[in-house]
Amino acid sequence: MAYPPEFKYTKEHEWLAVDGATGTIGITDYAQNSLGDIVFVELPKVGAQLVAGKTFGTVESVKAVSDLFAPASGTVTEVNDGLTTSPEKVNSDPHSAWMVKITLANPAEVDALLSAADYEKFIADEQ
Amino acid sequence: MSNENIRKVTTHISQNEGLIFEHSSPGKKAYRLAELDVPEIDASAELGAALRTESAALPEVSEPEIIRHFTRLSTWNYAVDHGMYPLGSCTMKYNPRVNEVVSRLDGLAGAHPYQPEQISQGVLRIMKALADQLIEITGMDAITLQPAAGAHGELTGILLMRAFLESQGNARKKILIPDSAHGTNPATAAMAGYEVENLRSNEDGMVDLAALEAQMNEDVAGLMLTNPNTLGIFDEQIAQIAEILHRKGGLLYMDGANMNALVAKARPGDFGVDMMHLNLHKTFSTPHGGGGPGSGPVACTKHLEPFLPKPVVVETDEGTLRLDYDRPQSIGRVRAFYGNFGMLIRALAYIMANGPDGLRQTTEDAVLNANYLRKKLEGTFDLPYSTPTMHEVVFSDKLQSKSGLKTGDIAKRLIDYGFHPYTVSFPMVVHGALMIEPTESEPLEELDLFVDAMKSIAQEAIDSPDLIKNAPHSTRLSRLDETAAARKPVLRWKLESK
Repeated sequence: MAYPPEFKYTKEHEWLAVDGATGTIGITDYAQNSLGDIVFVELPKVGAQLVAGKTFGTVESVKAVSDLFAPASGTVTEVNDGLTTSPEKVNSDPHSAWMVKITLANPAEVDALLSAADYEKFIADEQ
Repeated sequence: MSNENIRKVTTHISQNEGLIFEHSSPGKKAYRLAELDVPEIDASAELGAALRTESAALPEVSEPEIIRHFTRLSTWNYAVDHGMYPLGSCTMKYNPRVNEVVSRLDGLAGAHPYQPEQISQGVLRIMKALADQLIEITGMDAITLQPAAGAHGELTGILLMRAFLESQGNARKKILIPDSAHGTNPATAAMAGYEVENLRSNEDGMVDLAALEAQMNEDVAGLMLTNPNTLGIFDEQIAQIAEILHRKGGLLYMDGANMNALVAKARPGDFGVDMMHLNLHKTFSTPHGGGGPGSGPVACTKHLEPFLPKPVVVETDEGTLRLDYDRPQSIGRVRAFYGNFGMLIRALAYIMANGPDGLRQTTEDAVLNANYLRKKLEGTFDLPYSTPTMHEVVFSDKLQSKSGLKTGDIAKRLIDYGFHPYTVSFPMVVHGALMIEPTESEPLEELDLFVDAMKSIAQEAIDSPDLIKNAPHSTRLSRLDETAAARKPVLRWKLESK
């Protein structure tokens, strides 16, 4: 699966799409593939404060429970509740199945994230 | 399916069996009450509106039906009494019958936690004797027998850490956890109110000392180290790790879940550990799985002793034993009464039946068995870490993944050969892990059967991968849809859905 060039990526395998002051967060195709079948996604509530690099939720697969790390700091404005009943969407379409939307607290943080090309290089080394 | 290579099991009786409710028919009973010999009362007058008029819909079955129901269900199970149960990290060793004999002695089986101290001297003596023996085995200074299992022991240990640091004026913020640690370690740290910081392993599967030096500071309360770790590797730098932590005022917690690789050979107290837990249901042969119950004593050094859960068994001047509740700095109780006492008896029976030389041989045999499997299966399965290992060995599914097979598929096929699966996909530091721990319980003959089974499966992976992909074939039910079970769990059977 191609990694959208307009997204930014973390080494913990989250993606961030920036639109003005709004950041949308999900996990990458590489992440969903390593995790295997995802059975449960636990997300913060609207209003929660995310801190870049810190955990903001968990994703559970048949293999393991893994933490979700915030690519950037900000306040949660929207949560994709649909994933509670249909966690399989993260497997089938990881780059559309967003988890939370935040108002970016510090847009400069985004510059520190990986580009699609850098991320692809990073996961090639991981394999 | 091909059966020619399967020597351990053949098709055996495994009857279908419904729920006990489905056997029910009105009026059937497995009991008969004696005739009423007291005046009958009018229940509706006594209970009023609370009187229940509808049946509770409990199953109505005869005694033979009850016996058959549970006996049939028991044949669906797999136990260490059937054969090898090589779940890595779990230490599914044999539970010696002598433990059961001792724990069923009248005075012990009938003891009550509320009976007075003067008639509880025997059970207190057992607790004291076990505490003394575990202190000697670990090389620590003090111990609590209260925690009900390993993760509970971890939490108790980290609460001791927090209480000690608080008494020094600062509980600190973070706990470092290596990526080869037990999965419960990060959860424990979080439960105790600490932030978890991951510490990476070096290429030998041990703690990266440079990374530890860089991450250790006055915000770090301590490090939780599973040693030997989940790769079966004993971290030889443990004394240096302790030294790095201590220099900055941090403490070293050792997860003793793998203590079965060290008993009577090496003592954590001698290499700088501040506190640790033991799993009596792993290392000391008390029942494991199916609810155990477990037991996770926590041993610590002198400076942490005042914080141990209370009460503590102490000896009086007259030589009798009593429970001491006067422990002002104690973190309090962590368990009702005095822990899972039945397990304490069994562990003491195990220690005393073996004696020091027996325990030492147990440790040697556990390590020997794991290394025998490693040597026999290396090459057939990918061995990601070549560092010497102790009581368990971790392979990966790298070679078999070329046929599209994963560790979980191989594990399912192993069931067809009459073995319980090994631990799959853990530890996470190994992609597609096969984690195997035979324990000292296995004779050479069973180990050889296991080796043959694994080699046969590796050959099948080349010749007929679909056989593995669709395994198991010999069980009552074949491959279950674990994903659907987790995504759409059916947690309750309802009468109306019949």
